[in-house]
Amino acid sequence: MLEEKARLSLPAAGGPGAFQEKSGGLEDRLPAPPGGVRRRHRAASRARLISTVSIVVFMLVWEGVVRLHLVNPLFTSSPTRIAAAFAQMIHEGSLGKDLRVSGSEFLLGYALAVVVGILVGVGMGWYADVAAALQPFVSALYSTPRVALIPLLIIWLGIGIWSKVAVVFLVAVFQILISTEAGVRAADESLIRTAHSFGANDRQIFTTIVLPGAVPFLIAGLRLGLGQALVGIVVGELYAATAGIGYEIAVAGETFQTDRVFVGIAILASTAILLMWGLRRLEMRFESWRPQRQGAGR
Amino acid sequence: MTSKLEAIDVTVRYENPRTGVATLALSGLSLRVEPGEFLGIVGPSGCGKTTFLYCVDGLMPLSGGRILLNGRPITGPGRDRAVVFQSPSLLPWRTTLRNVTYGLELQGTPLREALDRAREMIRLVGLEGFEAYHPLELSGGMQQRVNLARALVMGAEVVLLDEPFAALDAQTREFMQAELMRIWGETRKTAVFITHQINEALYLADRVVVLSHRPGRVKSVIPVNFPRPRELRVKRTPAFLHLEDHVWSLIEEEVRGGLRSAADA
Ligand SMILES: Nc1ncnc2c1ncn2[C@@H]1O[C@H](COP(=O)(O)OP(=O)(O)OP(=O)(O)O)[C@@H](O)[C@H]1O
Ligand SMILES: [Mg+2]
Repeated sequence: MLEEKARLSLPAAGGPGAFQEKSGGLEDRLPAPPGGVRRRHRAASRARLISTVSIVVFMLVWEGVVRLHLVNPLFTSSPTRIAAAFAQMIHEGSLGKDLRVSGSEFLLGYALAVVVGILVGVGMGWYADVAAALQPFVSALYSTPRVALIPLLIIWLGIGIWSKVAVVFLVAVFQILISTEAGVRAADESLIRTAHSFGANDRQIFTTIVLPGAVPFLIAGLRLGLGQALVGIVVGELYAATAGIGYEIAVAGETFQTDRVFVGIAILASTAILLMWGLRRLEMRFESWRPQRQGAGR
Repeated sequence: MTSKLEAIDVTVRYENPRTGVATLALSGLSLRVEPGEFLGIVGPSGCGKTTFLYCVDGLMPLSGGRILLNGRPITGPGRDRAVVFQSPSLLPWRTTLRNVTYGLELQGTPLREALDRAREMIRLVGLEGFEAYHPLELSGGMQQRVNLARALVMGAEVVLLDEPFAALDAQTREFMQAELMRIWGETRKTAVFITHQINEALYLADRVVVLSHRPGRVKSVIPVNFPRPRELRVKRTPAFLHLEDHVWSLIEEEVRGGLRSAADA
């Protein structure tokens, strides 16, 4: 994005394509950079295969021990029972609404946390005065277990989605904020000096040195915040709600419908996996310059 | 004619904000660099060479004295100067090509032009074919050449080089010295070149300044009158070796002096 921006902010002197030195024809003429793209691909598909096999084996063992009456399905459920409960819940028609409710709580709360977390984190990392002004509040709120605020939030915002949006926001925003701040602070002094020497102004230093350097921190913050956000939804809905995945889990749990509890868990888990995967892709997009560490044991 | 660069009684003191301990890095350093001159600076490690270069680039405030560029005091970095840093200081997320265009981009040079100039300079420093590599995929010596190209491509009037070839192997180093001579011979910029290698300074420079141990002052200025263009062979002539020996003994005195004053302290 940053390289892209630098590219766009410069007067276009040769029409489109003139700037494509990275993806364009040039690369074809160059020797392949080390760390071979092909090897990376092969390592990735091997990892995928191993992951798939281990999941399948896990499912089979789970199903097997239940079928062989080694464990009580009331406690453990089983993959086929979960699938059946899932189909049943879709049939009943409440699941769509639950997904919509939890989905909006998550999206609104997390999006707000991302925007606020990054903006305030950057502000605090870049301007010492902003950091000094906000640090006490950030520290105090960060060290408070924020789920303890849920009763207050419900008093203020009711049992509809807004109290849960607030919960999600509150639990996710600090991870993002603190990581972003650390990332901005960690900017490489010698690179900043280099930029200064070439006459960069503060804005240029920020966009060309500080932000690209902060990307790993930022993504780590988004990842931590994501996990917290999902916890936030469930805890918020367990406490007080009329619909949502967390609410379904609570109701099913109280009535010993283990299969339905597992459906809720599976939905949360797959959402988490999907979103983490998205973040991983984002990270790879920005961090492709980092040579891959050659793992041991191969 | 005014000097291109004039340092008058330059003093620099570092203050450690945590401990409050002050280090005097330069004390009363004065020297001149004439337009188009190639000035070599040698001196014991830690005597303040890098500090002086930062001052000339405007990256560091002086505690005392003045530095004039074209007769005017230096207030900050500018287009008229470019630095080859002692450590490569490349942007790790940028390719070789885009690292070399970096300074030009900051100054608003159209990217098309910046890319053309960068490719040319990359060729001159012998990195053709590595345009799309990232710094972490290059060797230390190659990174240093990118650093060199990034400064030279700016076409600044004054080029400040801080041990640019220190990370290179002996052969590449000689090759790069000859290349630098050639590039400098064509453009006749003013150059200030810091090095630890005396014969490198003598081969490249019109004058070599020997600095004292810390705090750095000018100990001695040695004119180097070998005719240009110089062949690498000049390094093996008796006159050259004699001069090298002379500079070597000057520095040795300083290194000993530095060790002695450190022991006293
Ligand atoms: N940021 C700093 N804070 C405090 N002291 C510093 C700082 N930078 C340099 N110094 C001190 O100033 C002195 C001169 O440092 P400088 O880097 O200019 O030396 P140098 O001549 O370039 O050495 P070398 O040949 O080893 O590169 C050293 O004693 C060093 O410890
Ligand atoms: Mg130095």
